[in-house]
Amino acid sequence: MYRGGPGMLAWALHRITGVAILLFLFVHIVETAMLMYGPEAYNKAIELYRQPWFKPLEFLLVAAVVYHAGNGIVVLILDLFPYATRWYRTLFWVGAAVYVVVMVPVAVIMLRSLFAP
Amino acid sequence: MEARRVRPNGWEWMSWLYMRVSAVLLVFLVLGHLYIMHIVNSTDTIDFAFVAQRLANPIWRVYDLLILLLALSHGLNGLRGIVNDYTRPGGPWRLVWNVALWTVGLVFTLLGALVLFSFNPSAFARP
Repeated sequence: MYRGGPGMLAWALHRITGVAILLFLFVHIVETAMLMYGPEAYNKAIELYRQPWFKPLEFLLVAAVVYHAGNGIVVLILDLFPYATRWYRTLFWVGAAVYVVVMVPVAVIMLRSLFAP
Repeated sequence: MEARRVRPNGWEWMSWLYMRVSAVLLVFLVLGHLYIMHIVNSTDTIDFAFVAQRLANPIWRVYDLLILLLALSHGLNGLRGIVNDYTRPGGPWRLVWNVALWTVGLVFTLLGALVLFSFNPSAFARP
């Protein structure tokens, strides 16, 4: 399962998305702490998220969280039912299909402001 | 259920189990948070007034506190797993990393909790 197949890709992506989400969490905690300095300070801090160039990054963050959650659920299924490992490839591709179906509308909703001002 | 394959010792097994339990809670809490903040609302409209109104409800403070505690501990424990893959047991680097992870965890937990417990928007109300 971890020999260069989809399982290894899923495992590597789980680590990469996990670290990326953790790094954003630090930024998010500091930026939210700006609430303590009043409206001007907080609104100035979150101005970053309103920049058009940040929109794709915001979408990537959501995409990373949804991937990490989805793959985490797959890991949980395999932990609870080790026998399901036999159908890992099927599980992987079903998960990938569900992921695309979920992320396409999310992309449209999150990125539409870039195309329709 | 089948016998646990991952059981090096009690501590690591607790850590393994914690990742699963916190993961299940985080799936609901974080996906709910993303749905509310990025699908229903948007970073184009979220501002101080929005957050002040939202945090006026103590339920959201508890919700955010749960995410803070679970996400930070889950993330740092996950990073600890990566560190353990790349450092030698009992070696200096693993110790350095562990001290750093605990320090960062403590500081960011306190900072986040401080905001959620003491944020009072009326202190900034214009006369």
